[in-house]
Formats: sequence, structure tokens, C-alpha cells
Amino acid sequence: MKALMKKVVETFGPSGREDAIRQVLLEEIKPHVDRIFTDNMGNLHAVREGKGARIMVAAHMDEIGFVVTHIDEKGFLRISPVGGVAPVRCLYQRVLLENGIKGVVGVESVKNTNEIDFTKLYVDIGARDEKEAREMADEGLFGAFLNEMNEMNGLVTAKSLDDRVGCVIAVEAARQLKKSPNEIHFVFTVQEEVGLRGATAAAFNIEPDLGIALDVTGTGDTPDSPKMPMKLREGVAVKIKDNSLLVPRRVKDFFIRVAEKNKIKYQPEILTFGGTDAGAINLSRSGVLAGCLSIPTRYIHSVSETAALSDIEEAVKLLVKILESDVKKELE
Amino acid sequence: MIQILEKYSNACGVSGHEDEIRSRIEESVRDHVESLSRDFMGNLYAFKPCGRQNAPHLLLVAHMDEIGLMINGVESNGMLRFVPVGGVDSRLLVSKRVILGKDRVPGVIGAKPIHLQSRDEWKSPIPLSALYIDIGASDDKEAAAKVPPGTTGTFHTRFETQEDVVFGKAFDDRAGCALITELLMTEEDEAYPVDITAVFTVQEEVGLRGASVLAERVRPDFTIAFEGTTAGDVPRDDYASPSTEMRKGPAISFMDRSAIGAPRLINHFKATADKKKIPFQMKKTVSGGTDIGVIHTKGGIPSMVISVPVRYIHAPRGILAVEDYKNTFRLAKAALMNFKEVL
Repeated sequence: MKALMKKVVETFGPSGREDAIRQVLLEEIKPHVDRIFTDNMGNLHAVREGKGARIMVAAHMDEIGFVVTHIDEKGFLRISPVGGVAPVRCLYQRVLLENGIKGVVGVESVKNTNEIDFTKLYVDIGARDEKEAREMADEGLFGAFLNEMNEMNGLVTAKSLDDRVGCVIAVEAARQLKKSPNEIHFVFTVQEEVGLRGATAAAFNIEPDLGIALDVTGTGDTPDSPKMPMKLREGVAVKIKDNSLLVPRRVKDFFIRVAEKNKIKYQPEILTFGGTDAGAINLSRSGVLAGCLSIPTRYIHSVSETAALSDIEEAVKLLVKILESDVKKELE
Repeated sequence: MIQILEKYSNACGVSGHEDEIRSRIEESVRDHVESLSRDFMGNLYAFKPCGRQNAPHLLLVAHMDEIGLMINGVESNGMLRFVPVGGVDSRLLVSKRVILGKDRVPGVIGAKPIHLQSRDEWKSPIPLSALYIDIGASDDKEAAAKVPPGTTGTFHTRFETQEDVVFGKAFDDRAGCALITELLMTEEDEAYPVDITAVFTVQEEVGLRGASVLAERVRPDFTIAFEGTTAGDVPRDDYASPSTEMRKGPAISFMDRSAIGAPRLINHFKATADKKKIPFQMKKTVSGGTDIGVIHTKGGIPSMVISVPVRYIHAPRGILAVEDYKNTFRLAKAALMNFKEVL
């Protein structure tokens, strides 16, 4: 699983430009499903046929990034964020543009760091002047951050664990899942970071009986962190609420029932900010039951997001057991 | 070519009260489409099929509503209280002429004259709460009879031409409505190879509300929105990206707050512009949203936005370059004519 994870987190794919990561995931999950296709939004659907409940398992494959809005007269690229990117976290990061050009984020001189916003940042691609910069890049090109995955004492640190860790859990669950009565749509969604747009479109088409998002969640286990119960190494987090979704009680109870029956380590997730694809699925058409399995993650939306391998393994186990259940009966 | 824009710009149609502009559009497009219809929101649909089997179905969308004001009360002295509808910059309002309701009752947005203000009041813009509309009524009875609460109003701005630019109100998005109208007015011997449904939407300025119901009804394969967008080529301090610039051609959006443009459509428009030697620019800011935000996620519909740069949108008077308007039309028309290159 670690090799798969390294490949998946290190692949390029900001919102709206998910082609490369979609290809990687397609090859990984294809042997484990009955059919596979890409919809008009760019969501990758990998389907296991079945006569039971229709379940949409959503993990978003896009990552935060930026878009080139302007090339200035000295040959530096000016950028706007794609998704929730804090300007100060961009400083001196190495980046990759969709056309393969690499760069580094620089900043104009400022008296204090509070002044740093996107108008003060630029991407240096090593161009000598504007003319050369325009040969190397163009307004409207999307970019993402570069960083390699490291392990540290049972934790992994990487860019884009949000939400490539969800993608890895989906692929692993599809691989491990033997028999299931359900019709399962593993959907690797696009454009989550700019407003759950891929999942909105996919849920509209699938019309599922149950939606399960796989995503990261914040933690309260670092110095002076927000007061939240989630901790690394305490198991998969079963979402109770976030700002996009109040998980219906029968969905949450079902997930916890399965975890307890199978002795899977879990913790409740009460998130005071943010949202996931499950929120979009929940509001699709006339309303869809939806829940979310989350991986407690430190430093979300930085290039060094950090999570515990053991929590990821528990999430795979729980997802497999949920998908093996007679979901129609369990949710009655 | 500019007459349609003039007619649309001069029409009233604040969000939720689009009757007058909708009638003007119906008059202009009726003879050039197979059918016209409305939905319960008030959106206007114009269908222009090409007659070929399995032709792609394009949705062309522009919003017909404009920002404005709504009367929400009458003072005993006959002055009208009002609230903004849509993204109104309240600092621009004082002393502007407005027209209210179906009968176009003229009024002026009044405020205390400078003689009666304290020194402190000079220092800050007059807040919305201190503004009112004066229609010259002698008391509340007369005022409410002419302009009952709930009436909407817009800036009283007449369209004007001056050499190669035009001045007028509501180019956001009457420029889009006019461009789609011109695109529908093709001669039979130059038919498009696509089925077109043009939709003129309501209530965009208050949150893309009209557009949120149309995708399921139209079920298009692609969507192209036409907008009048912010031109930022005005004096500014230090570094700032100019959004778009007047006289540099139609602006193509790669992304805004509501949608990421479909690369295959954007690339098609860029390639068409290069081939036909039509100038274009990429919009350099990613703020704001358009109707495609709520259309493209309905099952996944590749969508993009093309805009005419307009200085001073959401203000009583905007400026637009005629050449930008014409080049937007030329580019859109050419891109529709060779649309098979997208497929």
C-alpha cells in the first residue's frame, strides 16, 4: 500500500486538471471492478455490479493548486489560488505547471508576514524576461505544489494526502473486497477543492441509495490546536458532522455497528469547519443518505500533510466490511 | 449591429422583474428561432435546431436581469426607502437619477446637501441607510400610490454612442443577451452545424437562481455563457492585474469562483481566434461567478464563459468598445460554425 500511496500523492492534479492522476487511478483500480468510465466532468467511475443497494464511494482526486493569471514585464508569473490555499504556505515552495515547467514561489518585499497575499506572490520559472516567460508559460495554465512522500515513525508526510489518501483507501478496498450484494460505484471525483463540483455532478447521474465520502479531517493533537477530539493513531474517524453535512443517525450508527462488530479501531469525528463530497451527495436530487470515513490529518492544505498509516489501514478494513454488508437491510 | 444592444440596454429588468427586457428579447429573436417558451422562474428559451440527426446540442446562456433597487417603505413626507438588489456599490448611489416600476416613474436618490452636513459627515461616504428616493411626491399617500413597496427601479441612463465606444447601463449582461440575439439571426444559407437552445435567464445577480433550474430542462451537451465583464484598464496603484482591457478583444475565462472552464471549449475558441485572426484576451482575475456555475454540475456539462470587457459594470453608466463587441460576435460565430472540431 505504501508504494501505491507514494505514486498517488506525488502525481499532479489540481482542480480542473486531473488527467494525470485519473490515469494512475484508472490503471490501479481497473483489475478490481466490472466496468470503468469517465464522465463529462472528468470524474472516474469504477463500478462493481450487484443487485443490492447502490452505493457511491467518493474520494476526490483533485488537489489544491493555483492558476497563472498574468505574466509580468520581468517574466514572473502572477497567480491566483485554486481551492483553499493560504498565501503564507506557498512561500518558497517548488511547483509544477500543467505543461511540465517547474518553478518556485517567491514573494515581494514585505515588512511583516501579515501583508502577504496573492498579489505579493509570484512564480519564478527562471525566465530571463517576459518574452521568454511567455514562451514557457501562458495565462490560464494550472499548477500544483511539489513534494515527495516521507515516512516517520508510522506516520506519512506528503502533499495532497487530501484527498489522495481517500483514493488509496478506495483502491485498496476494491482490491480486498471479495463478495458484496451491492452495486458499488467507486468515484474518484474532480473539483472538490473548489466546491464539491465533481461529486455534485456524479451523484446527480448515479442516484445512489447511500453515499460514502473518504477524506481527511483535522486533529486536536498538536500544540495549541483547535479543541477537537480527533487524534492520529486512534483509528478511522466516523463523521458525525462538518459544515457540509449532518450525518443521518442511521448511517452513523450503521458504520459504528460494523466497526464494533469487527473490532476495527474508530473515533468519532466532529469537525467545526470544512466539508466533503458527502455534503454534495446528501443534497443531490431529493436527498440521499450520506456519511464519511475520515483520516485524521495534521497540517491539511500544506505540502506536508501528515497522517498515521495505522488509521489508513483501519479505514480500509471498515470500508470493506461496510460494503460487504446487506446495506439495504442495515439502513431500514 | 449596435441597435440591439441599445434596445436591450435601455430596457428595464431588475432581478425578479424582468418583464420589459424579456419582451424586447422576444420581439428580436421570434422570427429567427423555431420556438420560444418560458418556465415558471421567468427564464426565456429560444430553440434553433439545425435539422441534422445527432447534432450536438449547445446551450447559449446570458442573463437578462440587472442590478437595481427595490422600494421597501415610504416616509410620511413622501420619500421612498429602498434596498439594493444584487451587487450594488452603495457609495455610487447618491444623486443618481432612477426610474421606478412599469410606468418608469422618475426619481432621484437624495441625501442631505453639503451645506447641512457636519464636518464629520464630509469624511465618509453617505451610508445606504441615510439615502432615499425622492419622486417629488407631497406625502406618503401620493408616493405609495405611484410607487408601492415592492416596486423595483434602475438607473435612468440612456444609451449613447461616441465614436468607437458606447455608454449605457446594464451591459452586464445585456451585451451577452444582444450577442446571443445576433448569433440567432443567421441567414438560412449559413446554418450552424449544431442545435442551439438560447436561454435568457432571470435572477443571476441575486445568486444564479434562474440558471439553476434550466439544465435539467435543456439537457445540453455543452454550455457557453456570454457576459459583460470587468475591464480593469483604469488608473491603479502599483501592481494589479487588470482583469480585462478594453479594445483587446473578447475575454475568455479559464476559471472564476463558480466554475473552471472546460479546456476543450477554451482551446477551440483560442484556435478559432488564431485561425481567423480575431484578437482575444484571457481574463486575468478569477473573482465573480456566472450562470455556468450552477449549470455545469448538473450531471457534468462542459462549459465556458466568453465576455465583452466593460468598464464600470454595476454602475449607472458603463463603457464598451464597439470593436470588442463585434469581435466577440465574430469569434463566437466562427467557433459555432466549426464546432465539429470540438467533438
